[in-house]
Amino acid sequence: MKRISGGVLHLVLIVWAALVTLPLLWAVVSSLKTDAEIFASPWSLPDAPQWGNWARAWQEAAIGRYLLNTLIVVGGALVLVMLLGALTAYCLARYDFPGNRLVYYLLVAGMLFPVFLALVPLFFVVDQLGMLGTYHGLILVYAAYALPFTVFFLHAFFRSLPSATAEAAFIDGCSHAGVFFRVMLPMARPGMVSVGIFNFLGLWNQYLLPLVLNPDPDRYVLAQGLAALAVSQGYRSDFSGLFAGLVIAILPVLLAYLLFQRQIRSGLTAGAVR
Amino acid sequence: MRHGKYRFLIGALAPPLLLYGVFVVSPYAQAFSLALTDWDGLSAEAGFVGLSNFADLWGDKLFLAALRNNGFMILVVPTATIALALFFSACLTLGGGTRRRGVRGSGLYRIVYFFPQLLSVAILGVLFQFVYTPGNGLLNGLLGAVGLGGLERAWLADPASALPAVTAVMIWSAVGFYVVLFTAAMESVPVDVVEAAVLDGAGRFTVFRRITLPLVWDSVQVAYVYLGILALDGFALVQIMTVGPGGPDNATEVIGLTLYRSAFTYGEFGYASAMGVTLFFITLTLTALALRATKRERVELA
Repeated sequence: MKRISGGVLHLVLIVWAALVTLPLLWAVVSSLKTDAEIFASPWSLPDAPQWGNWARAWQEAAIGRYLLNTLIVVGGALVLVMLLGALTAYCLARYDFPGNRLVYYLLVAGMLFPVFLALVPLFFVVDQLGMLGTYHGLILVYAAYALPFTVFFLHAFFRSLPSATAEAAFIDGCSHAGVFFRVMLPMARPGMVSVGIFNFLGLWNQYLLPLVLNPDPDRYVLAQGLAALAVSQGYRSDFSGLFAGLVIAILPVLLAYLLFQRQIRSGLTAGAVR
Repeated sequence: MRHGKYRFLIGALAPPLLLYGVFVVSPYAQAFSLALTDWDGLSAEAGFVGLSNFADLWGDKLFLAALRNNGFMILVVPTATIALALFFSACLTLGGGTRRRGVRGSGLYRIVYFFPQLLSVAILGVLFQFVYTPGNGLLNGLLGAVGLGGLERAWLADPASALPAVTAVMIWSAVGFYVVLFTAAMESVPVDVVEAAVLDGAGRFTVFRRITLPLVWDSVQVAYVYLGILALDGFALVQIMTVGPGGPDNATEVIGLTLYRSAFTYGEFGYASAMGVTLFFITLTLTALALRATKRERVELA
């Protein structure tokens, strides 16, 4: 009886694992087929792998450029929000000054509001600053919206750090900024890694903000580029090329995950529980 | 030690607060006042119309369809996702006999289950648009292969199946994350508590219901709130996957899409802001309700 229920258990787990991997494997296989093969059957394997699909997606469909744009915007925003977020969280967690609580609650309240509420005025703010469709405009907006969670998470982290080291550094004549950059920031590394991973996936996931704020096709991020391709694919019917683009978009993050899967999972879930 | 404290604080806090003020606080604040106007984005002056935008919302077929569809998602997504995730995590941690921790290969399952979390929502939309394609899509192919060919259909073109199809993608992509979250919580349940219960004759199900679930309830509570917020959105999936988008027959219209369209297609910026304000109050209410409902439950079990 126990053996049977154990078998059922395994079967259920395997079925879900298959449901999760099948669409991904299918996309990879389809990206190596010809269009004719794709139309013939969703199951068949390609006669010969069509690497040309990948080259076509990279070059003609500009997936390469979209990927580069994404790296610039997400990378820039990530560096900015980590720096500003850590600095803000540190000041709020370790310094007493009038208005401390007010600033903290103002920042953390940002997590309660749906981005859709800000969408219309945000468009005009960015427009008036002349930043529509620019890298720096998108970087600033991404960073601003990732700030509340970053501060919230790191605030708790800086609170939990011992103060003895910082005091010793002050006595040795270290400046306030010196204590932050040379003593406290290195000590906060585990927290920075967690929230950094969380922010990376959050920014990588953005679709709404670039859709509204980034109308220039040359500066499209991957999410926009893929969605636009999927719409226009109906006219050009280059399904194999689109599958190839999809796989190229999936691969970098999937590979990074396979290399660092334990850290990534624990970092992300630590972020959620707080 | 006191020397230069305020200079440092001002230097450190001014840039982030300026950034936050310009791009987050000011848009949110403006949204509330814009919602009371009929601003079209072109005229210099916005006409004050009081609450009439909000009154119009209740006669707007599209918005009501969106409310209904988001309502469906709110009912289905959190509950289904959490039920599946709890079930899989219980299998992973309690399975394989209550004394041994976890089934064979549980590490591998955890790696694989997390995959969907790594796909951005746009990638999900494009991928599943293909999965649901009638002719050569994966889903119909799969149904045909296991002898359920009778169920094959044009999933996203049929008003009856379009919304469940989109909702299923949300669940598919979210389960893995909560499996990881819940297994982490379940592994922190002390082994001796479980062993004591087993010695007292408790079966797997009893152990799960009486010991594991109450001890991981905090994580479940967090999951409800996050998943509820996810279910109130759905914009990207619908905008990329569905016909129209939002179709067929408004079957997949969501609040975000109605808002986006009325602002950036029709230029009804005041009206769109009123939708944003409504969405905000719905979010706030549901979060408070979810926290309250799950809190009571926790007291009962603990």
